[in-house]
Amino acid sequence: MNYSVSIQKEDFDLSHEVAHLRKGDPRVGAVCSFIGTVRSHGDGQAVTALELEHYAGMTERSIEKMITLARERFDIWGARVVHRVGVLHLEDQIVLVAVSSAHRAESFKACEFLMDYLKTQAPFWKRECTPEGSHWVDARVSDDQALAKWGIQSDNAI
Amino acid sequence: MGRSEELYETSANDLQALRLELIAIGSPYSESLAIGKAIRVALNQELVGASALIKTNDEIAFFPPVTGG
Repeated sequence: MNYSVSIQKEDFDLSHEVAHLRKGDPRVGAVCSFIGTVRSHGDGQAVTALELEHYAGMTERSIEKMITLARERFDIWGARVVHRVGVLHLEDQIVLVAVSSAHRAESFKACEFLMDYLKTQAPFWKRECTPEGSHWVDARVSDDQALAKWGIQSDNAI
Repeated sequence: MGRSEELYETSANDLQALRLELIAIGSPYSESLAIGKAIRVALNQELVGASALIKTNDEIAFFPPVTGG
Protein backbone atom coordinates (compact mmCIF):
# COMPACT_ATOMS: atom_id res chain seq x y z
CA MET A 1 0.00 0.00 0.00
CA ASN A 2 1.82 3.08 -1.20
CA TYR A 3 -0.37 6.05 -2.01
CA SER A 4 0.61 9.63 -1.30
CA VAL A 5 0.02 13.23 -2.29
CA SER A 6 2.23 16.30 -1.82
CA ILE A 7 1.48 19.92 -2.61
CA GLN A 8 4.74 21.83 -2.39
CA LYS A 9 6.76 24.80 -3.61
CA GLU A 10 9.93 22.75 -3.95
CA ASP A 11 10.95 20.84 -7.06
CA PHE A 12 10.76 17.02 -7.15
CA ASP A 13 13.05 14.29 -8.45
CA LEU A 14 11.48 11.60 -10.66
CA SER A 15 14.07 8.91 -9.85
CA HIS A 16 13.71 9.45 -6.14
CA GLU A 17 9.90 9.41 -6.29
CA VAL A 18 9.72 6.26 -8.43
CA ALA A 19 12.32 4.47 -6.28
CA HIS A 20 10.17 5.19 -3.23
CA LEU A 21 7.02 4.06 -5.01
CA ARG A 22 8.56 0.66 -5.91
CA LYS A 23 10.56 0.04 -2.76
CA GLY A 24 9.60 -3.01 -0.74
CA ASP A 25 6.87 -4.15 -3.12
CA PRO A 26 8.00 -7.11 -5.24
CA ARG A 27 4.54 -7.37 -6.83
CA VAL A 28 5.38 -4.29 -8.91
CA GLY A 29 6.29 -5.11 -12.52
CA ALA A 30 5.45 -1.77 -14.12
CA VAL A 31 5.68 1.91 -13.29
CA CYS A 32 4.20 4.64 -15.45
CA SER A 33 4.79 8.34 -14.83
CA PHE A 34 3.74 11.68 -16.26
CA ILE A 35 5.42 15.04 -15.70
CA GLY A 36 3.87 18.35 -16.71
CA THR A 37 6.29 21.25 -17.28
CA VAL A 38 6.12 25.00 -17.92
CA ARG A 39 6.17 25.73 -21.65
CA SER A 40 6.87 28.98 -23.43
CA HIS A 41 3.58 29.45 -25.25
CA GLY A 42 0.08 29.55 -23.84
CA ASP A 43 -2.82 30.56 -26.07
CA GLY A 44 -0.64 32.23 -28.67
CA GLN A 45 1.24 34.39 -26.16
CA ALA A 46 4.83 34.16 -25.02
CA VAL A 47 4.85 32.89 -21.44
CA THR A 48 7.77 33.82 -19.19
CA ALA A 49 6.56 32.26 -15.93
CA LEU A 50 3.54 30.70 -14.23
CA GLU A 51 2.08 31.41 -10.84
CA LEU A 52 0.09 28.56 -9.30
CA GLU A 53 -2.44 28.95 -6.50
CA HIS A 54 -4.54 26.30 -4.80
CA TYR A 55 -7.26 25.84 -2.20
CA ALA A 56 -5.28 24.34 0.66
CA GLY A 57 -7.04 21.44 2.33
CA MET A 58 -9.46 20.78 -0.51
CA THR A 59 -6.59 20.16 -2.93
CA GLU A 60 -5.18 17.24 -0.95
CA ARG A 61 -8.68 15.83 -0.36
CA SER A 62 -9.65 15.99 -4.01
CA ILE A 63 -6.47 14.22 -5.11
CA GLU A 64 -6.87 11.54 -2.44
CA LYS A 65 -10.39 11.00 -3.75
CA MET A 66 -9.14 10.61 -7.31
CA ILE A 67 -6.58 8.02 -6.16
CA THR A 68 -9.40 6.10 -4.44
CA LEU A 69 -11.37 6.16 -7.71
CA ALA A 70 -8.31 4.97 -9.65
CA ARG A 71 -7.84 2.06 -7.23
CA GLU A 72 -11.47 1.04 -7.76
CA ARG A 73 -11.02 1.06 -11.54
CA PHE A 74 -7.53 -0.32 -12.07
CA ASP A 75 -5.34 -3.04 -10.55
CA ILE A 76 -2.63 -0.79 -9.20
CA TRP A 77 -0.25 -1.20 -6.28
CA GLY A 78 0.75 2.39 -5.63
CA ALA A 79 0.35 5.99 -6.75
CA ARG A 80 2.31 9.15 -6.11
CA VAL A 81 1.10 12.67 -6.96
CA VAL A 82 3.23 15.79 -6.49
CA HIS A 83 1.91 19.19 -7.56
CA ARG A 84 3.92 22.35 -7.18
CA VAL A 85 2.50 25.79 -6.31
CA GLY A 86 3.99 29.28 -6.30
CA VAL A 87 6.06 30.90 -9.05
CA LEU A 88 7.43 28.51 -11.68
CA HIS A 89 9.70 29.39 -14.58
CA LEU A 90 10.10 28.06 -18.12
CA GLU A 91 11.05 24.38 -18.23
CA ASP A 92 10.28 23.93 -14.51
CA GLN A 93 8.41 20.81 -13.47
CA ILE A 94 4.80 21.43 -12.37
CA VAL A 95 3.20 18.07 -11.66
CA LEU A 96 4.14 14.42 -11.28
CA VAL A 97 1.81 11.43 -11.40
CA ALA A 98 3.42 8.00 -11.02
CA VAL A 99 1.58 4.69 -10.73
CA SER A 100 2.82 1.16 -10.07
CA SER A 101 1.13 -2.12 -11.03
CA ALA A 102 1.89 -5.72 -11.97
CA HIS A 103 1.55 -5.14 -15.73
CA ARG A 104 1.93 -2.04 -17.89
CA ALA A 105 -1.64 -1.65 -19.13
CA GLU A 106 -3.03 -0.86 -15.69
CA SER A 107 -0.43 1.75 -14.78
CA PHE A 108 -0.63 3.43 -18.21
CA LYS A 109 -4.41 3.72 -17.88
CA ALA A 110 -4.40 4.78 -14.23
CA CYS A 111 -1.76 7.45 -14.88
CA GLU A 112 -3.82 8.97 -17.68
CA PHE A 113 -7.01 8.74 -15.61
CA LEU A 114 -5.37 10.54 -12.69
CA MET A 115 -4.09 13.38 -14.89
CA ASP A 116 -7.45 13.75 -16.66
CA TYR A 117 -9.18 13.90 -13.29
CA LEU A 118 -6.70 16.35 -11.79
CA LYS A 119 -7.00 18.79 -14.70
CA THR A 120 -10.71 19.44 -14.10
CA GLN A 121 -11.40 18.46 -10.47
CA ALA A 122 -8.48 19.63 -8.32
CA PRO A 123 -8.61 23.26 -7.16
CA PHE A 124 -5.48 24.75 -8.73
CA TRP A 125 -5.35 27.97 -10.73
CA LYS A 126 -2.61 29.08 -13.10
CA ARG A 127 -1.63 32.64 -13.85
CA GLU A 128 0.49 33.17 -16.96
CA CYS A 129 3.10 35.92 -16.93
CA THR A 130 3.87 37.38 -20.37
CA PRO A 131 5.82 40.46 -21.50
CA GLU A 132 2.44 42.26 -21.76
CA GLY A 133 1.41 41.42 -18.19
CA SER A 134 -0.19 38.48 -16.41
CA HIS A 135 -3.59 36.83 -16.69
CA TRP A 136 -5.47 33.83 -15.30
CA VAL A 137 -5.48 30.84 -17.64
CA ASP A 138 -8.86 29.83 -19.10
CA ALA A 139 -10.17 26.31 -18.49
CA ARG A 140 -10.33 24.08 -21.58
CA VAL A 141 -13.37 22.18 -22.79
CA SER A 142 -10.94 19.56 -24.15
CA ASP A 143 -9.97 18.73 -20.55
CA ASP A 144 -13.62 18.04 -19.69
CA GLN A 145 -13.83 15.83 -22.78
CA ALA A 146 -10.71 13.95 -21.66
CA LEU A 147 -12.41 13.04 -18.38
CA ALA A 148 -15.64 12.14 -20.19
CA LYS A 149 -13.93 9.21 -21.91
CA TRP A 150 -13.68 7.58 -18.45
CA GLY A 151 -17.43 7.97 -17.98
CA ILE A 152 -17.14 10.93 -15.62
CA GLN A 153 -19.00 14.10 -16.53
CA SER A 154 -17.21 17.38 -15.91
CA ASP A 155 -18.49 20.88 -16.62
CA ASN A 156 -15.41 22.70 -15.38
CA ALA A 157 -14.87 24.83 -18.48
CA ILE A 158 -18.55 25.67 -19.10
CA MET B 1 -13.21 38.64 -4.81
CA GLY B 2 -9.90 39.62 -3.36
CA ARG B 3 -10.28 37.69 -0.13
CA SER B 4 -9.49 34.14 0.80
CA GLU B 5 -12.09 33.65 3.52
CA GLU B 6 -14.72 35.32 5.66
CA LEU B 7 -17.37 34.38 8.19
CA TYR B 8 -20.86 35.01 6.85
CA GLU B 9 -24.28 34.52 8.40
CA THR B 10 -27.10 33.59 6.10
CA SER B 11 -30.64 32.28 6.18
CA ALA B 12 -30.21 30.71 2.72
CA ASN B 13 -30.66 26.96 2.76
CA ASP B 14 -29.02 26.12 -0.54
CA LEU B 15 -26.03 27.35 -2.51
CA GLN B 16 -28.02 29.02 -5.26
CA ALA B 17 -29.94 31.08 -2.68
CA LEU B 18 -26.66 32.01 -0.98
CA ARG B 19 -25.14 33.09 -4.29
CA LEU B 20 -28.17 35.30 -5.03
CA GLU B 21 -28.03 36.75 -1.51
CA LEU B 22 -24.35 37.64 -1.92
CA ILE B 23 -24.95 39.16 -5.36
CA ALA B 24 -27.65 41.37 -3.83
CA ILE B 25 -25.10 42.83 -1.38
CA GLY B 26 -23.30 44.44 -4.31
CA SER B 27 -19.60 44.78 -5.10
CA PRO B 28 -17.42 42.71 -5.17
CA TYR B 29 -19.90 39.79 -5.00
CA SER B 30 -22.20 41.16 -7.68
CA GLU B 31 -19.37 41.08 -10.23
CA SER B 32 -17.52 37.95 -9.07
CA LEU B 33 -20.60 35.75 -8.68
CA ALA B 34 -22.76 37.29 -11.43
CA ILE B 35 -25.25 34.84 -12.92
CA GLY B 36 -23.92 33.54 -16.22
CA LYS B 37 -20.31 33.51 -15.01
CA ALA B 38 -18.64 30.10 -14.81
CA ILE B 39 -18.39 29.44 -11.07
CA ARG B 40 -17.50 26.15 -9.36
CA VAL B 41 -18.75 25.56 -5.84
CA ALA B 42 -17.24 23.46 -3.07
CA LEU B 43 -19.14 22.52 0.07
CA ASN B 44 -16.88 21.40 2.92
CA GLN B 45 -14.06 20.99 0.40
CA GLU B 46 -16.00 18.79 -2.07
CA LEU B 47 -17.16 19.96 -5.49
CA VAL B 48 -20.97 20.07 -5.55
CA GLY B 49 -23.81 21.23 -7.81
CA ALA B 50 -25.25 24.74 -7.59
CA SER B 51 -28.36 23.67 -5.69
CA ALA B 52 -26.70 21.69 -2.86
CA LEU B 53 -28.22 22.25 0.60
CA ILE B 54 -26.23 24.07 3.28
CA LYS B 55 -26.30 23.99 7.08
CA THR B 56 -24.67 25.71 10.05
CA ASN B 57 -20.86 25.81 10.07
CA ASP B 58 -20.48 24.62 6.48
CA GLU B 59 -17.36 25.77 4.63
CA ILE B 60 -18.39 27.08 1.22
CA ALA B 61 -16.09 28.16 -1.58
CA PHE B 62 -17.00 29.86 -4.85
CA PHE B 63 -14.20 29.82 -7.39
CA PRO B 64 -13.49 30.01 -11.13
CA PRO B 65 -12.93 26.90 -13.31
CA VAL B 66 -9.78 25.09 -12.22
CA THR B 67 -6.64 25.08 -14.37
CA GLY B 68 -4.04 22.91 -12.65
CA GLY B 69 -1.87 20.13 -13.99
